[in-house]
Amino acid sequence: MTDLSELYQAVILDHNKNPRNYRAVDPHNHQADGYNPLCGDQVHIELRADAEGCIEDIGFRGEGCAICMASASIMTESLKGQTLDEAQALFKRFHDLLTDNQREIDASLGKLGVLAGVRDYPMRVKCATLAWHTLQAALNDQTEVVAE
Amino acid sequence: MSSSAANHSVGHRGLDVSALRADFPILQRPMNGKRLAFLDSAASAQKPQCVIDAERECYETYYANIHRGVYSLSQQSTQRYEDVRKTVQRFINAADEREVVFVRGATEAINLVAQSFVRPKLEPGDEILITGMEHHANIVPWQLVAEATGAQLVVAPVLDNGELDMDTFAKQISDRTRFISVVHVSNTLGTINPVEDIIALAKAREIPVLVDGAQSAPHMPVDIQAMGADFYCFSAHKTYGPSGTGVLWGRLAHLEAMPPYQGGGDMIRTVTFARSEYADPPQRFEAGTPNIAGVIAMGTGLEYIESVGREQIAAHEQHLLAYANAELEAIEGFRPIGTAAQKTGVISFTLDDIHAHDMGTILDMEGVAVRTGHHCTQPLMERFGVPATTRASFGLYNDEDDVDALVHGLERVKSLFS
Repeated sequence: MTDLSELYQAVILDHNKNPRNYRAVDPHNHQADGYNPLCGDQVHIELRADAEGCIEDIGFRGEGCAICMASASIMTESLKGQTLDEAQALFKRFHDLLTDNQREIDASLGKLGVLAGVRDYPMRVKCATLAWHTLQAALNDQTEVVAE
Repeated sequence: MSSSAANHSVGHRGLDVSALRADFPILQRPMNGKRLAFLDSAASAQKPQCVIDAERECYETYYANIHRGVYSLSQQSTQRYEDVRKTVQRFINAADEREVVFVRGATEAINLVAQSFVRPKLEPGDEILITGMEHHANIVPWQLVAEATGAQLVVAPVLDNGELDMDTFAKQISDRTRFISVVHVSNTLGTINPVEDIIALAKAREIPVLVDGAQSAPHMPVDIQAMGADFYCFSAHKTYGPSGTGVLWGRLAHLEAMPPYQGGGDMIRTVTFARSEYADPPQRFEAGTPNIAGVIAMGTGLEYIESVGREQIAAHEQHLLAYANAELEAIEGFRPIGTAAQKTGVISFTLDDIHAHDMGTILDMEGVAVRTGHHCTQPLMERFGVPATTRASFGLYNDEDDVDALVHGLERVKSLFS
């Protein structure tokens, strides 16, 4: 079991307190709302991708626990400048990290690796993935996603 | 009843909680390396050994389907199952054991009343009156019948301290009010509603009233005849019994006039392909094979509560509530949600702007089990402007050590998030 101070490490607490890219993206060409009815976490994501499918700008707003807010904040930081395909691949690696206890933390995940501790708290994995599921909905032009 | 349920000494200092705790096997296990402080009995209570034994004894020694076989096992199962009606009758002081219907829980009880008693009476524009502090189980069944009939749901407001706004409630009763359904004790706020006053207002206009007793049956004496309600219900899993069973109590005259809720075996007198003749209450509302062992163990759970003493349980939980309030209010940033003058042992709160789920995880690591979230009362969360709260709720087995563990855990939360 990951120690609590590792789950709630400084980077996560910092992103919770001072979320990055916590704003609207104007203009944007993708957006979606994510909601977890179990815990009430809500995330709204807006992003602008260019003609080549590169994420020029991405922002989020919402409310939720520290894990949810930090995950959304770090996600927006990680995705700026990435192509949509790269974003999908990153989500897959991130998702694998959270659902496989044996997996080493992949250096290519960068700051997202700080969320690895969540995998020892199965009830909280959804908190960390809500922003990513919302991103997927935005990229698929669904306007709403409900994660349970 | 098992011997463990009997003879609890009740001195001037209240319950002998350490003896009671010994009745609950789950409380003996550590949680994440700490003593388990189980503070979520409002969601579901833990089970004493006598309840666990009653269910096992049924399966091991006399189990068979009820109301069917002529053989000894079936007779014995039927007898034990039917005996629980008398236990429930005594537990809520019902006039007649035929008024006791076994259901899956309070949720099914409310749905049964909504569909079988209320829905046939509703015309477009009729009103059903509830309160703003209802559990989803006392909101959604009424929305279903309202949508089907064109009736309206009218919701009485909740005051800032978590009490029902009785002045507005009284004014909301109209010539179109066909039914009133209110929670006796709020699962989120702990508020004890003045159900006798509500029933008096309703009686004056001949409006029937259902009282949702899910949070009152485990925590205080309930005298259904003195209360004067038309329907009352509770869930066994909150009265230290098994999950998946519970009670609907209804006035016999109402039950006799109601059509069945579900059709099937055990609820009929005669069946032909042309038509069926229904059994009398309560069998009319118990289609199919019920949770036989669960109902029997529910009876054991109610006997356990009686053996401990309901006045004593209420007094003990009031003592814990006062102790916890004093300890928690000393924590900077602690904000209680629901401070009604009449409350049960339920404390919903926020702490600074720390999210309830972060608190829940950190408290869990300290061995403290609390509920976090909207507590199936989303409209109430909106009323108080919070997405979620953390809720500590007491049962007869909680003690000051549990409160101290909560306070210690919250200090840990604060230090992590400072």
